[in-house]
Amino acid sequence: MKLAYWMYAGPAHIGTLRVASSFKNVHAIMHAPLGDDYFNVMRSMLERERDFTAATASIVDRHVLARGSQERVVDNILRKDKEERPDLIILTPTCTSSILQEDLQNFVDRASIVSDSNVIFADVDHYQVNEIQAADRTLEQVVRYYLDRCRRQENLDQFVTDAPSVNIIGIFTLGFHNQHDCRELRRLLRDLDIEINQIIPEGGSVEDLKDLPKAWFNLIPYREVGLMTAIYLNKEFGMPYISTAPMGAVDIAEWIRQIHKNVNTLAPSSSSKKVDYEPYIDGQTRFVSQAAWFSRSIDCQNLTGKETVVFGDATHAASITKILAREMGIRVSCAGTFCKHDAEWFKEQIQGFCDEILITDDHAEVGDMIARVEPSAIFGTQMERHIGKRLDIPCGVISAPVHIQNFPLGYRPFLGYEGTNQIADLVYNSFALGMEEHLLDIFGGHDTKEIMTKSLSTNIGLIWNPESQLELRKIPRFVREKVERNTEKFARQKGIGTITVEVMYAAKEALSS
Amino acid sequence: MPVKIDETLTVECETGNYHTFCPISCVSWLYQKIEDSFFLVVGTKTCGYFLQNALGVMIFAEPRYAMAELEEGDISAQLNDYEGLKRLCIRIRKDRDPSVIIWIGTCTTEIIKMDLEGMAPKLEWEIGIPILVARANGLDYAFTQGEDTVLAAMAHRCPEPEFPVRERKEILQKFFAFPSKKKEELAEYVNHSSLVLFGSLPSNVASQLNLELRRQSIKVSGWLPAQRYTDLPSLGDGVYVCGVNPFLSRTATTLIRREKCELIGAPFPIGPDGTRAWIEKICSVFGVEAQGLEEREERIWESLKDYLDLVRGKSVFFMGDNLLEVSLARFLIRCGMIVHEIGIPYMDKRYQAAELALLRDTCIKMCVPIPRIVEKPDNSNQIRRIRELQPDLAITGMAHANPLEARGISTKWSVEFTFAQIHGFANARDVLELVTRPLRRQKNLEDLGRTTLVRKNNKF
Repeated sequence: MKLAYWMYAGPAHIGTLRVASSFKNVHAIMHAPLGDDYFNVMRSMLERERDFTAATASIVDRHVLARGSQERVVDNILRKDKEERPDLIILTPTCTSSILQEDLQNFVDRASIVSDSNVIFADVDHYQVNEIQAADRTLEQVVRYYLDRCRRQENLDQFVTDAPSVNIIGIFTLGFHNQHDCRELRRLLRDLDIEINQIIPEGGSVEDLKDLPKAWFNLIPYREVGLMTAIYLNKEFGMPYISTAPMGAVDIAEWIRQIHKNVNTLAPSSSSKKVDYEPYIDGQTRFVSQAAWFSRSIDCQNLTGKETVVFGDATHAASITKILAREMGIRVSCAGTFCKHDAEWFKEQIQGFCDEILITDDHAEVGDMIARVEPSAIFGTQMERHIGKRLDIPCGVISAPVHIQNFPLGYRPFLGYEGTNQIADLVYNSFALGMEEHLLDIFGGHDTKEIMTKSLSTNIGLIWNPESQLELRKIPRFVREKVERNTEKFARQKGIGTITVEVMYAAKEALSS
Repeated sequence: MPVKIDETLTVECETGNYHTFCPISCVSWLYQKIEDSFFLVVGTKTCGYFLQNALGVMIFAEPRYAMAELEEGDISAQLNDYEGLKRLCIRIRKDRDPSVIIWIGTCTTEIIKMDLEGMAPKLEWEIGIPILVARANGLDYAFTQGEDTVLAAMAHRCPEPEFPVRERKEILQKFFAFPSKKKEELAEYVNHSSLVLFGSLPSNVASQLNLELRRQSIKVSGWLPAQRYTDLPSLGDGVYVCGVNPFLSRTATTLIRREKCELIGAPFPIGPDGTRAWIEKICSVFGVEAQGLEEREERIWESLKDYLDLVRGKSVFFMGDNLLEVSLARFLIRCGMIVHEIGIPYMDKRYQAAELALLRDTCIKMCVPIPRIVEKPDNSNQIRRIRELQPDLAITGMAHANPLEARGISTKWSVEFTFAQIHGFANARDVLELVTRPLRRQKNLEDLGRTTLVRKNNKF
């Protein structure tokens, strides 16, 4: 048992639901008590999703506790099958249902005999894995299910495409700037003359999964989700994969060179057309991305040696640390991640780019570290933004968990060359604001003349009796002044000298009419 | 045109596959209401994730609530629950020094049968802070019912009344009361049994209701819950109690059965019609003739005129998730709206009897048929019905709001009614402010066209 106010990664079923609802025509059924379908709210609100989220609950209530789910789960699966005609139904356990130890696999087996849809049971352990790990596992499970089935039916077409092509694995709903990153990757690949075979799970169809092996190789932009699938495809079909995140100019170049290597080794030996991407990298780095120039400009010079702290998921925290240290000359005093399961990789990546490494999922520990280091800027999640607010340190948000403002309508990728521009803006703006504050402090604010009167109401001759004063104090601060003004105005109009609670509410009624 | 009205009121029941908030969400408003409390939710990551996301900004304001997050060892009983809770509660005492710690039992504690009620008194004795237990879990309850379980637990901790002392005090107060020319300011109380109101309201709404009753010379001796745990009202034989919210049926039952109080069954003070009926009922119980209520209600209706013009003749569909639905529907029918369906998670016909009667009377008065009341609704059936009925407004949870808007159905998030100030005469306008907001927005955007923003081949 531990005392917890906040968590970085959600429970496992959220990960499963994110994968399920990213695919087209896949329905998730949660075995959960009333109220556990909060995922639907998040998707509808944060992603501003126009469609009903294809996730429903098979409710666990008192009766289920007493007698088991019996026919209920099977009935719910079959009902969804009839109503929505999905390609796939994923039965998802929740932490509540997993302690009940009902044989959910058995329900799935029974339902799949009758239903037209495929039915699978999400194989995740709620007390072992978190949201991110569960998403990774579920995606692999779905891919494996469809490829195994194809192989059993012996209609697997393993011929690769003529032109070089890739699968992008791991773009999905509620991911940090995933939609924008996806668009940026498409653009990059088009520039490199590489076709996209499939993007999964976002917008993908499970019926098309059988064509995954047609691609030459796989791209895993974020190592949190998709790596398991890539390793599976590598083992079963010998498909190579690139798990570097193309974030920051140096890593993008590295990523393109890996693509280059893969394309050239896999290109049929007969074809003499070997690709060379170096001129492309050079042109983009120097002129399309402004980041390289920005690093040389005097703006960035002012940032030299400034201290920062970076915290987030493994992919984003590692990439941002490298960008700050390597590409902008900013000192990263501490870099950390809450992806404890991927700690080794993370440490290896940022070795030499920061003074200190923190691996924890306890936000209090992160807060203490930030308070101790006192950096000029923080790059972290929404939690770090709030820690920063409390400590008066600016913060740029670079990773999930996120808030509605991290689902911008405008184009804000983190990956690719446009991504480097966005990151440079984010970094620069965080620091610039911090500097401005600091300078204001030194020179005592913008406005050195003291403001004499704050209130526009003249409170001559009006007495608030103790009771009404108390009542006034109960009113939330942001409207209190307005209420005070309105009440006094009302009292003056009516010729009332002493303001009582009655007068206050009479004023409210009079004004609202 | 005369409408044939079916005067019977029936409650249908569907599958219970509907979206609502988990009842543990009650900590969000209760920790703010009860200033010296600390809420400890004993549950899993799922509960924590819900609180964290649903309460958004409040998480960062150093809230007086936290999760006791159960780990695998707790579930398989390898760890000692008592020692675990003791460790956390001692830390809470050290960090916050609350006057009461409230343990919120969840689905998980139910399933693993953690004996919270058994451990609480022992630990309370050991660490010297009162510990209450409320089982606000999703297996049994929906959303606002969470408050019901907390208040029911709290009712047991209310002190016994000391009648003689109290009466003497009142007499003294009357003697030394400040003399004033205005009669209203010096409202003398009639001699009546003590009256305690139950239901958590923002303190200024509570004092508005106190004031309304003071105008009728009725004194409110206390509220359950009070602003501080240490100010809980006296309860016992001969104390009259009256609810202000429709979801407090367990609390009402506890007050009657365990605390031997008399329950005043009244409609709830939501909307001017409800407020008037609520006051009148209380007055009638104490044998007081209500003064000036008719004019007062009339004045309020008068002041709502601009909003009434907007809603008149418009239709509304309640999907149901917070148990305020019957009272709101009754008010909106009185405003001239047509209610297609009242979805509601749970219907206590006894506790809501007076409210249901007022709903029936209102329908007859307004010449509209009594809407169907659907308990434990099924959201996918409801969405089908919404598609057929095309209501002007659907009052619904956030899971369905954006998808319905994209299909040209105006929505209002039901959760807002739980957090807004909707009780009493003075707040009637706030209810209509919420209800008309989507209608006003629609009016503003009317000329833009393109009300449906989904592709044609999408299912509704």
